[in-house]
Amino acid sequence: MRLHRELTCAELVELVTEYLEGALATGDAERFEEHLTLCPACLAHFDQVRATVEATGRLREEDLAPEFADELLAAFRGWRQAHA
Amino acid sequence: MVVSRPRVDRSREQLYAHAMEPRLEDEEYVASMDDVRLVAALREGDERAFMDLVERYGPSMLRVAMLFVRTRAVAEEVVQDTWVGVLNGIGRFEGRSSFKTWLFRILTNTAKTRGERESRTTPVSFLSDADLEPGAPSVDPDRFLPEGERWAGWWASPPMRFDEQPESRLLSSETLAVVRAAVEQLPEAQKAVIAMRDIAGFSSEEVCASLGISEGNQRVLLHRARTKVRVELERHLGGEVTA
Repeated sequence: MRLHRELTCAELVELVTEYLEGALATGDAERFEEHLTLCPACLAHFDQVRATVEATGRLREEDLAPEFADELLAAFRGWRQAHA
Repeated sequence: MVVSRPRVDRSREQLYAHAMEPRLEDEEYVASMDDVRLVAALREGDERAFMDLVERYGPSMLRVAMLFVRTRAVAEEVVQDTWVGVLNGIGRFEGRSSFKTWLFRILTNTAKTRGERESRTTPVSFLSDADLEPGAPSVDPDRFLPEGERWAGWWASPPMRFDEQPESRLLSSETLAVVRAAVEQLPEAQKAVIAMRDIAGFSSEEVCASLGISEGNQRVLLHRARTKVRVELERHLGGEVTA
C-alpha cells in the first residue's frame, strides 16, 4: 500500500500490525512513524496494542492432558521397540 | 508488497523506546539449537527428548489440528499419528528446514487428510471467506472526527493510556483471565494464529509455513485477533470501548 499524503489516525490504526510485522514499504513506515511522533493519541493506541501483545505473551498454553501424554509415550515406546 | 522482518534501526529504537521489539532472534536461535539437540537424541531413542518435544509443541499441535477436524478426540488422534509419522521419518529428516516447520507440515497434512475423510468434502480449508473479506474497523469510527470536519479522521478523544495503569493491574491474574477469555472466543483461524505468534512464540514465517497460508493472510488474521483482545483489555481496564 502506498500512501501519498499524511496518514489520518483512522488510517493509522489499520496499519499497526503491518508496521509491527515490517510489512509496510519504507515510505509508508516513515509516515507511520512521523504520525506517531506527532500524535499522542495514536501513540496511546499503539501502546495499547503493544501491551496487548505482551499480556497475551504471558499466557501459557494449557498442558496436555496426562492421559494423552501417556498415550503418546506408549506410541513412542512401541516405535522404539520396533526399531531396536 | 515487500515482506521483511521489522527493521531494527538503533536510532529509531531509542526514539521509540515504547515500540515493540521484534522477537529476539537470539531466542529463536537458542530454541532451534535446542531442537537440533533433541532431534539427535530422539534418533537415539531417548524418551526424555521425545517428551520434551511433546511438551514443547503438543499444545500448539492440538490447536492446529482442531482447525481441520471437528472434535478434540480426533485432533488428539491426528497429533498422535503425526508423532508416529515423525518418528518413522526422523531418519530422513535432514535439517534443511527447522524441525518445528517440518513437524507442523506433517501435522497439517495429516489433519487435512483426516478432515477431508471426515467431512467427505475436498479440499478442507480452515480459512473461511469471512476470515478474509474486509472486516470491521479496528477502532469504532465514532471515536474519530467525522467527514467534513477540519480534522476528519483524527481522534475525537484520545484512547486511554495502558501505561498509566499500575503495572500490577496490567499483569494481574484477573487481567490475564480477561485476555485468555478473549483469545478463546476468537474464530478458530484467528485463535490459532495469535496463539502460535503471541503465546507459543512462532515467527510469522513459521506460522505461514506450518499452516500453508500467505504472509498477507497471516497478518490479516493476526491483526483481527489482536484487535479483539485489545478491545476486551480496554473494556476491562475501564477505558472507553473502541470497537
